[in-house]
Amino acid sequence: MTHEYSTQELMIIAAARQIADGERIFVGMRLPITAYGVARLTHAPNAVGLFESGVARYEPADGMLYTMCDGPNQLGAAWTTGLIQIMGLLSGGRVHAGFIGGAEVDRFGNINTSYIGDIDDPKVKLPGSGGAPDIAAMAERLVIIINHQKHRLVEKVDFITSPGYLDGGDARKKAGLPGAGPAVIITDRAILKPHGPSNEFHLASIHPGHTVEEVVGNTGWDLKSFPEVEQTPEPTKEEMDALHHIDKEGFWRS
Amino acid sequence: MSLSEAISTFVQDGCNIVLGAALENAVPFAATHELIRQGRRELNMIAPISDISTDMLIGAGCVTEVTGAWVGNVSGGMGHNFRRAAEKGLPHPIKVNDYSNFTIGMAFFAGAYGLPYIPVKTILGSDIMKSNKNIRLAEDPFSGEPVALVPALKPDVAFLVVQRADKAGNSHIWGSTGLTQEASIAANKIIVLADEIVEPEVIASDPSRVLIPGFGVDAVCHVPAACHPAPLIGKWKRDNHFFHDYHKETRDPADFDRWCDEWVRDLPDHEAYRAKLGGQLEDLRILGDIPSAPANYATE
Repeated sequence: MTHEYSTQELMIIAAARQIADGERIFVGMRLPITAYGVARLTHAPNAVGLFESGVARYEPADGMLYTMCDGPNQLGAAWTTGLIQIMGLLSGGRVHAGFIGGAEVDRFGNINTSYIGDIDDPKVKLPGSGGAPDIAAMAERLVIIINHQKHRLVEKVDFITSPGYLDGGDARKKAGLPGAGPAVIITDRAILKPHGPSNEFHLASIHPGHTVEEVVGNTGWDLKSFPEVEQTPEPTKEEMDALHHIDKEGFWRS
Repeated sequence: MSLSEAISTFVQDGCNIVLGAALENAVPFAATHELIRQGRRELNMIAPISDISTDMLIGAGCVTEVTGAWVGNVSGGMGHNFRRAAEKGLPHPIKVNDYSNFTIGMAFFAGAYGLPYIPVKTILGSDIMKSNKNIRLAEDPFSGEPVALVPALKPDVAFLVVQRADKAGNSHIWGSTGLTQEASIAANKIIVLADEIVEPEVIASDPSRVLIPGFGVDAVCHVPAACHPAPLIGKWKRDNHFFHDYHKETRDPADFDRWCDEWVRDLPDHEAYRAKLGGQLEDLRILGDIPSAPANYATE
């Protein structure tokens, strides 16, 4: 290892690598917006960040944002407008990728942020969808970020707030969803990707310091692996320099 | 008109109310407080997100129905009152009408422009299609592909916060506006909470910045910092500590009642609320000046 990094920083760099230059990306707060900033400073200087409330930005805002509507996210924006104008880019098929998280994700990449338990008598009522279903349905691809715990990576979610591959196979296409679906699940232990005609998520790479047994043991379905499981590439010096430039206070360092 | 008078005139028990259509900025919290003070009941609160406003109204027993995409505390976590109501029926059971942000936006759009419903693709595949019986799966008669039909939403009353308005309600808003325009036009009555009241010439000098013209507005209330603790671009910063404290101080019903007495029920109006905040509010006032370039409307 050539330089120090935290697990969160590794996840940010892995997320940043999902953004290609010139792409329009639904960013979201916290980890994804930091990843967007790293991508802009490294390999994707022409990426565009979109925020559901009605904001499009080139440069990410300076400093820590608590919500996408905070003043610093609007100062110097490419566009401050309405929700329909920004999310209409999605509906019109003009968005390349979106980042979303959730309480639960299942083996087909379906995400739940609505109800744990029964809809009519929920054990936990989660805050809800926001714009995540719209992003999951329409963006060309989806990047899912979630902590790797057995109760979070589950066999089947109680409620599909945001669709992945639904029941697997070509179910997503049959349901009329234009976007290709989730391309990757980035966790604090590993990276999973859909594999084969079923589109079930398989173990693609393991973060340094973690083992296959540990990852499988913390997954709520019988997690299978790609023919060759790699180690998640470590952040480069350039990527870490960019991250430190954005995260001056070291929020993600521990 | 005072906010108290506007609410007693235009809001009855059982009303369908849009409050917080801009998402996390310009949330009309002053109206939230006044609805609680006046003890309105059986409200249907409609908004894409609206931060902790809906959670407060649920805790105060004003709400039996929630229509929206997300209810909670955006920077603080879950909304304790929303969870209690949805999970345990406390203080009342609530009916939740789930939407995604774009579908509720299109429902307002349909309501605003007289379309009975609007076909969308962005909610396909989501179980919101099952939990919200109003949204129907259909076949696009042109392409034969699946499509979701979202019926128009036509609220009774919309509250919105604007940076400045004249006395007739002609209003300037800048920064991102979420669904403010569609939700307001869809509503039967519009109540404007203006941070500043200006001369009509100020608004008329830049009609492109008018989101809602005065001829559609039913009441204009001058309420500085009506958005607190949410931000208002160029006027007020977000009070992040307030959201965090709300989360900590409303964990159980008795705690929420204490919080609600202290910050809402024991205060006669928003002026008293501002006075109670005192220096905390002054620290949030934006003092800097970064104006946009003027737009020339000369005709010759």
